[in-house]
Amino acid sequence: MNSALFFHSVTLDRDKCHGCINCVKRCPTEAIRVRDGKAKIIKERCIDCGECIRICPHHAKQALFDPLSVMDEFEYKIALPAPSLYGQFNNLDDIDLILHALILMGFDEVFEVAKAAELVSDATRKYMAREDIVRPVISSACPAVLRLIRVRFPELIPNILPLHAPIEVAARLAKKAAMEKTGLPYEKIGAIFISPCPAKVTAVKMPLGTEKSHIDGVVAIREVYPKLIGLMRHVDTNKDIASAGRMGIGWGSSGGEAAAALKERYLAADGIENVIRVLEDLEDEKFYDLDFVELNACSGGCVGGVLNVENPYIAKAKLKRIRKYRPVSCNHLPDDNLEIYTWDEPVEYEPVLELDSNISVAMEKMRQMRQIEAKLYGMDCGSCGAPSCKALAEDIVRGFSNEEACIFKLRDEMKQMAAGLSRLSSFLPKASREEKDIFDVSQKEGNKQ
Amino acid sequence: MAENIKLEYIVPGDDFTRAGEASSEVKSMLKKLGLSSSVVRKVAIAMYEGEINMVIHGGGGKINVEISPEKVDMILADQGPGIPNIDLAMQEGWSTAPDEVRNLGFGAGMGLPNMKKYSDEMKIESQVGKGTTVYMTVLVS
Repeated sequence: MNSALFFHSVTLDRDKCHGCINCVKRCPTEAIRVRDGKAKIIKERCIDCGECIRICPHHAKQALFDPLSVMDEFEYKIALPAPSLYGQFNNLDDIDLILHALILMGFDEVFEVAKAAELVSDATRKYMAREDIVRPVISSACPAVLRLIRVRFPELIPNILPLHAPIEVAARLAKKAAMEKTGLPYEKIGAIFISPCPAKVTAVKMPLGTEKSHIDGVVAIREVYPKLIGLMRHVDTNKDIASAGRMGIGWGSSGGEAAAALKERYLAADGIENVIRVLEDLEDEKFYDLDFVELNACSGGCVGGVLNVENPYIAKAKLKRIRKYRPVSCNHLPDDNLEIYTWDEPVEYEPVLELDSNISVAMEKMRQMRQIEAKLYGMDCGSCGAPSCKALAEDIVRGFSNEEACIFKLRDEMKQMAAGLSRLSSFLPKASREEKDIFDVSQKEGNKQ
Repeated sequence: MAENIKLEYIVPGDDFTRAGEASSEVKSMLKKLGLSSSVVRKVAIAMYEGEINMVIHGGGGKINVEISPEKVDMILADQGPGIPNIDLAMQEGWSTAPDEVRNLGFGAGMGLPNMKKYSDEMKIESQVGKGTTVYMTVLVS
């Protein structure tokens, strides 16, 4: 496996990192270790869910994203606002205000991701009508969930909806239309996504399901937000440019995508731990009679992304308010052709958690791992830099750590060593009388008198 | 040749919240061992169904698992009431689960049939009043 292939938008600011174990404990794929006093991300395991960014008390974990100036690289600039952006503002009833403010910010055009979401919902319904698919169908829109399935739940890969996420569809449709409209070549048109989450950055740089993403830049909602607030006051047009309905906007929070798939038998789970539990149970076939499963790594769905400004649940309530003023759905597929919506290449299993590719070797390592784990103290304190004693045992077997990394083990050895020293000190050579006297307190005191 | 991995789990009776712990631990071990995902899934489902049966009917018991490069053997033993008619119990939809268990979504009569379906070999030994032991094997290659 080539680890250079694993680009991540989640990175570490070494100066800010205290080497505490908050992120190590929180990571759902056990992808972080503390080494030399700093957190280290195991690239192959990271799914860019952003949990470490959320939990780090020192703000040492950061997301890489593009500065807003990325748009200057293009002659014709298209903004792709995520539906969750609409949930960030107070007392907002009209989406057009945000969209016009984006134009004032310097974009030539706005293409709502919510609009593409409605088309993807349409495509989903058409896909779900097929007889030859594996059910329940699992949503592929959350890039962190997609990456989680790829490394931890290979058996569920056939269940994944093989359609591009709305951002990708939005970029493709917007750029195609812009080329026709302006006559400019593809490279001169920039599609800039305004994103709630770092996993989307990774999805653009290292996409799954396609060789190359059509998105040219990803900027963070929290970067754009203060500028938008200022510009929204200067919007002086009533021109209607909003083109997404409730359905598309609903994608911004958990349950929206599933509801738009118009299936009654659906499940929507959000928050990475809940997602993992659902995937475990799906893998064990503990659910019957389900058609569709929507999974979002962030609590609340995309409104819970770490690049947002507003509290996820408040943002969800605000989205609900905005949705009220929109028609149900404004966008439909012209025909049954799903070609531009369908993945260009399959997603494949990445066996990053395997101990070894040879089963006999893996078994031997597993046996050693269990032996080591039995000798550890089971405190799961994290002082060794691994998230649990079990993970330390695994690291030792993989050659990345040693038993002395455990402070309890170390303390025990020091205790034994101290006991040994004390025992040895009582065995001083009989010839050295003087030294013996030094240790004999009663004699010493007697001498003083 | 590596030694086989032997595991033993005590399944507490009447505690649904813990049912499935043993099978989920075995599942994660098999994934680490790099067994094919279909093998992992077969073991996980067969063992989970057996574990649930031990909780619902057997009043708890003991599970022994032995993993070798060729196969995964599971022995699930309880000291429950035993199965009077194994052929009948193997039929899909046949269930003697009490209502309170059915209300939790269990007791659909698919436990033993699923265990049979997902294991490559299965044998049941049961004595009324003494208990039931189920032997299941899932082949690796």
